Amino acid sequence: MRIKVQRDRCTGCRLCLQICTVEHFREMNPKKSALRIEAKFPEPGRYRPFVCTQCGECEKVCPEKAISRAETGAFLVDRGKCNNCGDCIPACPVGVIFQHPDHGFVIICDFCMMCTELGSTGALKKWDRKPRGAEEA
Amino acid sequence: MATSSSSSGTNSASRNGLAGTTLRIDLSTGAIRRMPTDQDLYRRWHGGRGITSKILYDEVPRDADPLGPQNLLIMNAGIMTGCLIPAGAKVEFGGISPLTNGVGDSNMGGHLGPALKHAGYDMVIFEGIAPKPVFLYIDNDTVELRDASAYWGVGSLDSEKRFKHELGEDFEIATIGPAGEHGVAFSCITHDFGRQAGRTGQGAVMGSKKLKAIAVRGNRSIRVHDVDALKQQVVGIVKRTQTHPNMEPWQKYGTAFFIKWSNDNGVMPTYNFQTTHFEHVDGIDGDKLVEKCLITHKACFGCWMNCGKYTRAVVPGKAPVHLEGPEYETGSLCGSNLGMRDIHDVAYVNWMLDNAGMDSMSGGGVLAFAMECFQRGLITEAELEGHTLKWGSVDDAEHFIDMMVHRRGIGDWFAGGTRRAAERIGRGSEKFAMQVKGQEMSGYDGRWAPGMLLSYMTADIGAHHNRSWTITVDMAEGRERVEGRAKIVVYLQHIRPLFDTWCICRLFWGELDITPEEIVESLNHITGWGIDLREALRTSEMIWNLNRCHYLERNRGNGRSFDYPPARSWEDKIPSGPGQGKGLSLEQIEQMLDEYYDARGWDRKGNPSRALLEDLGLGEVADNLARLGLLGEPLPGGIPETRGEKYKPKAF
Repeated sequence: MRIKVQRDRCTGCRLCLQICTVEHFREMNPKKSALRIEAKFPEPGRYRPFVCTQCGECEKVCPEKAISRAETGAFLVDRGKCNNCGDCIPACPVGVIFQHPDHGFVIICDFCMMCTELGSTGALKKWDRKPRGAEEA
Repeated sequence: MATSSSSSGTNSASRNGLAGTTLRIDLSTGAIRRMPTDQDLYRRWHGGRGITSKILYDEVPRDADPLGPQNLLIMNAGIMTGCLIPAGAKVEFGGISPLTNGVGDSNMGGHLGPALKHAGYDMVIFEGIAPKPVFLYIDNDTVELRDASAYWGVGSLDSEKRFKHELGEDFEIATIGPAGEHGVAFSCITHDFGRQAGRTGQGAVMGSKKLKAIAVRGNRSIRVHDVDALKQQVVGIVKRTQTHPNMEPWQKYGTAFFIKWSNDNGVMPTYNFQTTHFEHVDGIDGDKLVEKCLITHKACFGCWMNCGKYTRAVVPGKAPVHLEGPEYETGSLCGSNLGMRDIHDVAYVNWMLDNAGMDSMSGGGVLAFAMECFQRGLITEAELEGHTLKWGSVDDAEHFIDMMVHRRGIGDWFAGGTRRAAERIGRGSEKFAMQVKGQEMSGYDGRWAPGMLLSYMTADIGAHHNRSWTITVDMAEGRERVEGRAKIVVYLQHIRPLFDTWCICRLFWGELDITPEEIVESLNHITGWGIDLREALRTSEMIWNLNRCHYLERNRGNGRSFDYPPARSWEDKIPSGPGQGKGLSLEQIEQMLDEYYDARGWDRKGNPSRALLEDLGLGEVADNLARLGLLGEPLPGGIPETRGEKYKPKAF
């Protein structure tokens, strides 16, 4: 399962960020979510959502081997092994790995899909296709 | 950027929906104080406009100049803001209004309110006047007043762009424009390139304090009483309402799809409320906005209904501009009310007012009043520096806005709003100065909508529709009769301001049928208060009466004397369109006021009675009114047990 982005449908509401952090940390804080919204205003005037594409660059650069792939295709962070070195953050080509502001680990999307359930414009949708890299398998 | 003063300290922890810390900033000295947020104050007044009203009542001297150092500017992010609530995005600004000389409050959506709470703060109270232009910088625990001299004189939208460029895109910014700096009484506060705290001139209060902007960034968590229950409830509501039939038009057009409806139903303000039907409406309705100007749909924080329309206006001979809107209110008040025939023209006027930092509702009302004065020869080309001020002319509007912003010549009179301008012009112009208590009317003519007119007459901040909107009520209950309308207006004046008290958007109740009981349930999940709707409505009634008493104390007169609309409302029948020949008599207006005061437990002079105020826990306020001889007489049959009659207006 992956997330399909229809970027022109994003309205910048950040409901995805809110539900992401409530789902994973049981508190309200968009800075603890695993996706981001870019807003370009006043010109040209557009929003762009960025989500994990399952490219695996984070796993490759992690010196602690703290990132591993689950069957779902998601790259999961072992919070015990992660020492928050931050090497994976610049390695992510879409910029959706974040340092947890209060704890010593990074946040990466686990594809819980809550963000795709609440929006009503279709900017983020469930994409029922095999995990990236497994398409040919 | 030089830092005038700064404060770095440990903030209180977030719990029960509150971020934890309140800031108090004396701009005169630069002193920044941080205090734990007063939970009891929130429990009694719920936040938002409740708390701003209470603090203004307690702290601002009754003779304080709204643009002087003793007035306060209060920014309050309500208890539900940023808490996963549908469009729980609002932040309330409150201060004594330079437009009405009563309590003023206005809120904005966007992302500023949540950002303030994520930085750790529920409220910022500004007092005094800074010796030179400053802006407030908040980055989590760091709170600083910084020099804003380089931004002074820069447009609202232009300065937001510059602040974002210099501080970082992830800062949320509120700014004022040159109008606010120059004390134009209907100046607004702008955020997110098109969200405004528009009404009651809070931008002028901010400008008087030499506070150019507020910039906020934070990454702290907000904690609530029962996050699991809240999540379950909100997810259910969001999924349920995704398929509501009103969702599609709201997402596509926002409120702009209302333009034609309003015109078809004979309530459209046209040529300064001379008539209620605009023959060129097809050129300015929502369809045209989406077809010709739309760039992207735009939503407030946490809202899945995206009523905001971000647009581009192109007017020949002028550089293209970007703006949010025009939504319905601006679309009517700067559209048909100014005789603008093309949506690009309406949008351009909208942008000019936005960037100047003027409320585009009052701005439209003031421009329309000036245009009618010009039409009638009450102001001349010589007074307009050689320009005309004709219906439908963007160039004329542009020049006159510039005269008002810089308060040149007669621009100075109009900078005080329509009421003050009419006082200066005289010669019968008061009749068509379309305001109540100094605040210009919203975009509905009340002559064939009596409940709407009564709503304007009695609203605490003057002729604004958000306290009570009754167009569909009037259509359902009879547009030519007034009996029974007052009780509904009273109810609406209690339920609708609750949303401004909680700092959430009201549209979900009105348009998507989320019930008030559901919202109170969310409130309880957030706060743990365990209250019911009845108690919430009572709180709202308490706030309403406090503001009424505050108005009487400041303006030293019986309430009724302030509650009349301009004489056009009863002297002129609607001359054209579906409402042709319709109109109210002065007797009907008097009857509505009598019924309204009876329904509220006020005497026929429009003054709250002691029995009522004590019932609401405002005994000390009754004492204050009594000292001024403004306390209402005891009512013959005692106060009504229930004030207001429950009513859910139809969407349209």
